[in-house]
Amino acid sequence: MKIRLLLLAASLFGGLAASAAETRLLNASFDISRELFNQINPAFIAHWKKQTGQTISINQSHAGSSKQARSVIDGLEADVVTFNQVTDVDAIASKGLIPSDWRQKFPNNSSPFASTIVFLVRKGNPKGIKDWDDLIKPGISVIVPNPKTSGNGRYSYLAAYAFALKKLNKDEAGARDFVAKLFNNVPILDTGGRGATTTFVQREIGDVLLTFEAEVFLTIKELGESKFDAVVPSYSIEAEMPVAVVDRVVKRRNSETLAKAYLEFLYSEEAQNVVAKSFYRPRSEKALQSASAQFKPLELFSVEKVLGDWETVQKTHFGENGVFDRIYQRKQ
Amino acid sequence: MAGYVSKNIRDATSKSQRGTEESPLVKWTLVALSGTFLAVFLLIPLANVFVQALEKGWDLYVSALKEPDTVSAIKLTVIVAAITVPLNTLFGVCAAWAVAKFEFRGKSLLITLIDLPFSVSPVVAGLIYVVMFGLQGYFGRWLDDHDIKIIFAVPGIVLATIFVTFPFVARELIPVMQATGREQEEAALTLGAGGLKTFWYVTLPSVKWGLLYGVILCNARAMGEFGAVSVVSGHIAGVTNTMPLHVEKLYNEYQGQAAFAVASLLALLALVTLGVKTLLEWKQSREFARAQQNVESMMNK
Repeated sequence: MKIRLLLLAASLFGGLAASAAETRLLNASFDISRELFNQINPAFIAHWKKQTGQTISINQSHAGSSKQARSVIDGLEADVVTFNQVTDVDAIASKGLIPSDWRQKFPNNSSPFASTIVFLVRKGNPKGIKDWDDLIKPGISVIVPNPKTSGNGRYSYLAAYAFALKKLNKDEAGARDFVAKLFNNVPILDTGGRGATTTFVQREIGDVLLTFEAEVFLTIKELGESKFDAVVPSYSIEAEMPVAVVDRVVKRRNSETLAKAYLEFLYSEEAQNVVAKSFYRPRSEKALQSASAQFKPLELFSVEKVLGDWETVQKTHFGENGVFDRIYQRKQ
Repeated sequence: MAGYVSKNIRDATSKSQRGTEESPLVKWTLVALSGTFLAVFLLIPLANVFVQALEKGWDLYVSALKEPDTVSAIKLTVIVAAITVPLNTLFGVCAAWAVAKFEFRGKSLLITLIDLPFSVSPVVAGLIYVVMFGLQGYFGRWLDDHDIKIIFAVPGIVLATIFVTFPFVARELIPVMQATGREQEEAALTLGAGGLKTFWYVTLPSVKWGLLYGVILCNARAMGEFGAVSVVSGHIAGVTNTMPLHVEKLYNEYQGQAAFAVASLLALLALVTLGVKTLLEWKQSREFARAQQNVESMMNK
């Protein structure tokens, strides 16, 4: 009896994950990727079984991308991270848990799929919102998550800023004024992407929601074509969805092979088709072609080409007393 | 538990207050107001949980509860409560005994400390353990070197829950222990009973209802705690998600009916807690009344 109690205590305190190390994988991911990995994981489990005969299981953890980065830094034993912002993986790399050259480990800068920011409006688009300049008009209520805590918010902010830069011939002061006007129209800043969707959809606040294209189409599919319409602006941001193996964790759990295979699988035709069906933009030309009907054409820009490297962008716009802090304080 | 004492005092003095009573109109207006308030803010939302949970029929309700991640969330919640509640009962009895029966330096400090978890936000309660045991925390490296996992595993969830539910048993016991006084125990001791025997046969029976009530409240909170657990859980579906976290997860995944099904279990727990609480209050006041009658009849003789 005593021995059994000891064993129970040991299994509780020794970490539940350690017992079957290599056959279990933990994927720490961003908030709105739930539906995507719900479909990809069974496909990979079947694929791995066919290849090696081994039965594995994959655990998922979902929260805001930056919150997940914080958790991994604090010791969450995720074998792989699948985030929606490069800066979040960089944050983990800066603590030495991921090698700093992680973007060279997988194709397409280690980003197996992408998305962009588009608009969700109420059915029939009663306010006639077509492009970014419509969002700064007086009387338009815009829902967007907080750019300081969420990827959606950050990409939305940067897309608006880059649109203004392009329109105003690179006038930075003018572009700052543009985003200030836009955020002046934002009544609530939710902390995460799904929270903002709930505010717009369930609490029925706002005329337009800015979020990932994947979230816009998923919302329309899940919650009713009769209630919402998607509006695709003329110009938007390429939102890379970076992935990385957490070296420190896989080395100690002896799960490196499995973790690598999992991330490589995301680039396979099978997974890329699931990606496209979940309204993310796949990297595979074939998968993109077959889903071309759902992706309306628009001009996409890369943050690093238009606004500079992520570290500088992060510091200038979202750091303490950065541009966002200043325009948002001015509002209050 | 303090409620019982004042209730009995009120019962005892109610007859003499007849002359100063308000008119029936005021009385019924107040009753109607509070009744409406309770119905709108408590009863209807509570009933709605069950309506939503059973919206798509009993079969779907049961199958939602049989889903592996849900089963694991229920198991984890029960495990956490099974560790937390006995420990906090022990701590609570010790603390209450010390406060109620002994005089010592720093007593008021101890009472304040017992109340601390009530005044600290649960998020802070979670974060203090991350700061201590997280990988970047004070003991993080050492724990990591020895392959001991606390944060983002069951031990962290247990620690956070213990912190949040610590005051319940002690808070319920202190007034009851103070009210019963020391005379009976002193009598037992002079009659030759040992310390432990006195505790078991004299102290414990006189506070049993208060103790039970504290344990039940402690259990309800241990199973229902969201904030502190959310910080230390890591949200790994099927591994470190407790029932309240699982409700949030399901709701965020547009699985409204499944979310309400799990929520209905938590709501049931609340109803059982309420039922047991009412029963205990009734028992306690009956015993109290009987004791008073005995005293009165002895005085009249």
